[in-house]
Amino acid sequence: MAGALPERAPDLTAAPEAIAAELPPEVVAQSLGEYVRAYTARIRAGESGVLPVIVAMVAIMVVFEAISPNHVFLSPVNLVNLFQQSAVIMVLAMAEGFALVIGEIDLSVGFVGALGAAITVQLVQPLTTNWPWWAAILAGLFACAVFGAIQGTLVTRLRLPSFIVTLAGFLIANGLFLKVLLLGPFSGYPNLAGQSINLQVVYYLMWGSIDPVISWIGAAVVVIGLGLFMWLGDARRRSSGLVAPPVSLTLVKIGLIAVIAIVVVGICNTNRANLGTLEGVPWVIPIVLAVLGAWTVLLQRTTYGRYVYAIGGNPEATRRAGVNLAVVRTVAFTLCSFTAGVGMLLYASLLGGMSNNVQGGQYVLYAVAAAVIGGTSLFGGRGKPLHGILGGLVIGGIYNGMYLQGLSVEWEYIVTGLVLLAAVIIDSVSRRGSSSGSVTRV
Amino acid sequence: MTAAVAEPGPTDAPLLRVRGLDKHFGPVQALYHVDLDLPSGKVTALCGDNGAGKSVLTKCIAGIYQPDHAEFLWEGHPAHIRSARDASRLGIETVYQDLALADNLDIVQNMFLGRERTSRGLLDEDSMERAAGETLASLRVTTVKSIRQPVASLSGGQRQSVAVAKAVMWNSKLVIMDEPTAALGVVQTKMVLDLIRRLRDRGLAVMVISHNLNDVFEVADRIAVMYLGRLVVQGDAATFDRQSVVEYMTTGAAGRPGGPRAKES
Repeated sequence: MAGALPERAPDLTAAPEAIAAELPPEVVAQSLGEYVRAYTARIRAGESGVLPVIVAMVAIMVVFEAISPNHVFLSPVNLVNLFQQSAVIMVLAMAEGFALVIGEIDLSVGFVGALGAAITVQLVQPLTTNWPWWAAILAGLFACAVFGAIQGTLVTRLRLPSFIVTLAGFLIANGLFLKVLLLGPFSGYPNLAGQSINLQVVYYLMWGSIDPVISWIGAAVVVIGLGLFMWLGDARRRSSGLVAPPVSLTLVKIGLIAVIAIVVVGICNTNRANLGTLEGVPWVIPIVLAVLGAWTVLLQRTTYGRYVYAIGGNPEATRRAGVNLAVVRTVAFTLCSFTAGVGMLLYASLLGGMSNNVQGGQYVLYAVAAAVIGGTSLFGGRGKPLHGILGGLVIGGIYNGMYLQGLSVEWEYIVTGLVLLAAVIIDSVSRRGSSSGSVTRV
Repeated sequence: MTAAVAEPGPTDAPLLRVRGLDKHFGPVQALYHVDLDLPSGKVTALCGDNGAGKSVLTKCIAGIYQPDHAEFLWEGHPAHIRSARDASRLGIETVYQDLALADNLDIVQNMFLGRERTSRGLLDEDSMERAAGETLASLRVTTVKSIRQPVASLSGGQRQSVAVAKAVMWNSKLVIMDEPTAALGVVQTKMVLDLIRRLRDRGLAVMVISHNLNDVFEVADRIAVMYLGRLVVQGDAATFDRQSVVEYMTTGAAGRPGGPRAKES
């Protein structure tokens, strides 16, 4: 087919090895062996991809399992617990990803999300407004989106630095959040305890579990659906001569997804309660996966997502291509705040209510750290929603492991800070490596 | 778009005829009454010293700047170029010196940036990859290893080729290239000059802005020289030699009698 370019002598002016190292392995490899070789060449050249975060996760698992009292770190109870704690950071990191990929930053995610969650928690209270849970959640998320749209408009239309605009937003959202908490007869601590269905649904976002059998069926549907989609897509591209990964690689990826699904559902389906039964996949897992899936499709498969990456890579070129930068950027800030609302709603559910000691500032730092640890670049143009998941697991793992050790919060801050530093170093080193060829950017 | 083309226009008129183009920025008159012809199937080199007005003229033709006064005849018919969109609607594409490529996107993504194909709301990657591959193959850009590699991993000449392929993919009729060989080595320069010839052989009008007289004489069919905001001479490349071009560039006139006079026709 015409799509396949004839193989010719490689470009004379660049060393072939250097070219191989700079290419994503899946576009050059014809077989699994070649893929592995291309991947190792890339790692040697400083383009490490998700490898560091995988290594970090394995290290966390090994170390904390070894030192935790009674080796509880890898027990099903603790792993589900860990995932619930990490879920908030994961979703906030996916939110932050929108800002980071366009080369901006959003410092307000913690308190903007908390503001939305506080609105939701207040609205479902049967004593006061008693809104249906879905309307209350939509209202909270809508408030977040509006807040993000205003911040995005200030950044794009008035050309203010996002750092300052969202710092102001951080303070304003913090104040509004406290104001919302003080409404109603709850002395600033509205909670989710009670018989009302609306309270229970919000509480179950984090604490509800899906029946074990349905969990298995759901996991099977997701794995088979995703697997078929990947397999058919790659097969179609291969047969029409387009760039496609080797068959074995597609199979390995599908196999990996299946293994992860089986392990996760298996862990969740063991009984986690000391007395009685507590089993099944927590609701929070499909919720996080839904956010991951939606934002992955948006960023990887739509025109909007393409423009988000293009702006992160070269805003001037994107402008000349006729893209309305202000709209794309404003929408990115809006989606960032909206997703932050989802994250902090999970946090409210985890806490069983909302209180005025939400660490909104700390959560921003965790969100940025998780995104960067996962592989999102601080310099724009590179990052995926999946990075937020991976980074969130690392930070959640550290937090959980230190907590099991009974180590004080000071140590948790120090270790998280060191991990973030390591991630940023990897990010900037790999960036320097990739710009070693013809490209130099300031 | 091509509906009105069958109507017999003035047959041997150049693709684009610019008449009486004036442009000032505040008190500075950047261009004085420029007349320029860009015929199809010819490479026209636009030469001039720094500040002669080459870039301003280019940007007026590409719709980036609004001239104070100008008459454009496109395929013999009066046309308006008020924005970059107008220019690309006519079939004018510009390859800027900085190439305007996003390093983090791959070749296909860059070539379709701003004009992505979609089906049912999602990007139609397969169709875009096929079209991009065909365009690159037709320009014989074959040194890239994969059209799915990020532009950051390409050499300077390859990047230039991708930028040119991006420009010609849209049924463009006039391709303007700003200093296409400025940052390139010997092999890469040859590759780009070959590419320019291939565009000409396809019947496109090509305008190349260049400082490099070697390249100009190697590739140009016509030469136009600017001096202090005026287009002082244009004509068949064979009627120039290095000496006369340099004189036009530096003094606005050729010292030797018998050289081409300002403005043919």
